[in-house]
Amino acid sequence: MALERFTEDHEYIRVDGDIGTVGITAHAQEQLGDVVFVEVPEVGRTVNQKEAIAVVESVKAASDIFAPVSGEVVESNAELASNPGLVNEDPEGKAWFFKLRITDKSQLDGLMDRAAYEEFVKQS
Amino acid sequence: MSADTATGPLKRTPLYDLHRELGAKMVPFAGYEMPVQYQLGILKEHQHTRTHAGLFDVSHMGQAYLIGPDHQTAAAALETLVPADILNLRPGMQRYTQLLNAEGGIVDDLMVTRSADPAEDGKLLLVVNASRKEVDYEYISARLPASVRLEPQLDRALLALQGPEAAAVLSKHSPDAVALGFMGARRASVGPFVCHVSRSGYTGEDGFEISVAADEAVDLARLLLAEAPVQPIGLGARDSLRLEAGLCLYGHELDETTTPVEAGLVWSIQKRRREEGGFPGAERIQQELREGPKRLRVGIKPEGRAPARDGTEILDTSGARIGVITSGGFGPTVNGPIAMGYVETAFAKLGTAVELMIRGKAQPAKIVDLPFVPHRYLRKA
Repeated sequence: MALERFTEDHEYIRVDGDIGTVGITAHAQEQLGDVVFVEVPEVGRTVNQKEAIAVVESVKAASDIFAPVSGEVVESNAELASNPGLVNEDPEGKAWFFKLRITDKSQLDGLMDRAAYEEFVKQS
Repeated sequence: MSADTATGPLKRTPLYDLHRELGAKMVPFAGYEMPVQYQLGILKEHQHTRTHAGLFDVSHMGQAYLIGPDHQTAAAALETLVPADILNLRPGMQRYTQLLNAEGGIVDDLMVTRSADPAEDGKLLLVVNASRKEVDYEYISARLPASVRLEPQLDRALLALQGPEAAAVLSKHSPDAVALGFMGARRASVGPFVCHVSRSGYTGEDGFEISVAADEAVDLARLLLAEAPVQPIGLGARDSLRLEAGLCLYGHELDETTTPVEAGLVWSIQKRRREEGGFPGAERIQQELREGPKRLRVGIKPEGRAPARDGTEILDTSGARIGVITSGGFGPTVNGPIAMGYVETAFAKLGTAVELMIRGKAQPAKIVDLPFVPHRYLRKA
């Protein structure tokens, strides 16, 4: 089973070898409401941990998506541009935003596992 | 929604418990705890209102009577504060206007209704924005002659029933209300409740605004919600519906520095008032009518998919700043991003190419006609 980690900004990262798949959690999409626009990063872009790298917009507001860890974007989910509503339908599945080649896997140690994230959501 | 600047504990409308029961997500707005959406969500609530009928709680808005000894006196008093022709407003008719300051800036925008009942001659009903009601009441009260007084109606709720099926729904409960034409208003029973109903709204659709005693509001809402075509609709969809309809929102398109001419509201200043003046800021407004204003409210259509939000800078194609977006988002019926804003008059022509600075990148857009979705008000032959 892939390693799964969560940020306080409600991104998830699912790690397979050096590659992390990033998206927003089911809780985040619920809070946002109907998603109407998504902007994903270009392949090849390098990004530092906590840097704003993608955008998700609901009818009401725009929100930044931050990189959970540093790395290089190796793939972006082109489907989200034409079907942003996928984020509401399957946030932790088909609606991943981008994949990163992780620079420093030790950064994952500072993130939450699912149990800790669920506790964090309950308390926020 | 950005009018959540009021401090202190949030107020609740008489429908608060019903909103919770209906699964609303509550947010602070204009000092009130209001439903931003119900279980359908903003997109579906918007589409439902455009295709069937939506029920909105707008009880946070201010309802007040302006009461004088006769229509002539009450209307003359109000005409010193607003640029609409109130003297010639017929009984049982409603008119949109703006409360102006000495510079011609807009203190608030409001609806004014002349009572249809001859026994109520001299009574005007004002409906003002929630976020401005204290300011308005103080401003108006301080400027009335001794024979005219302002009486805020604190024990009233206000419901809006909007959409192409609103009239069919209301006809079951209030044949009197459904006989109204666009911008008509009258006292009418809705089921067992004595209400004051106008045929108007803020969605671009046919519909009604129903003023009811606060302690009957929940029962009236339940009566209407029991009808199959009716769903409760929150402030989120109210905002996207009015944006598509090209209607102004106070604090966004309108503020104390903006004149009705800049805001494209010249249609709401009748001919007699344009010529005679006699309202605050008349000199500036008449000059803008003669020479054109420096800036104008326009519709803006981004060419990509990214919404341009309130505050986004508008540039000409050479990169010079020519204006700013005042409301922007996603139009569910348009199925794409839409916006309104102000540009220098030279750039206000339909079809003008502009650029919008979205997250540091210039995105192409065009100046377009308003509304984005045609109005479907009731027009009697």
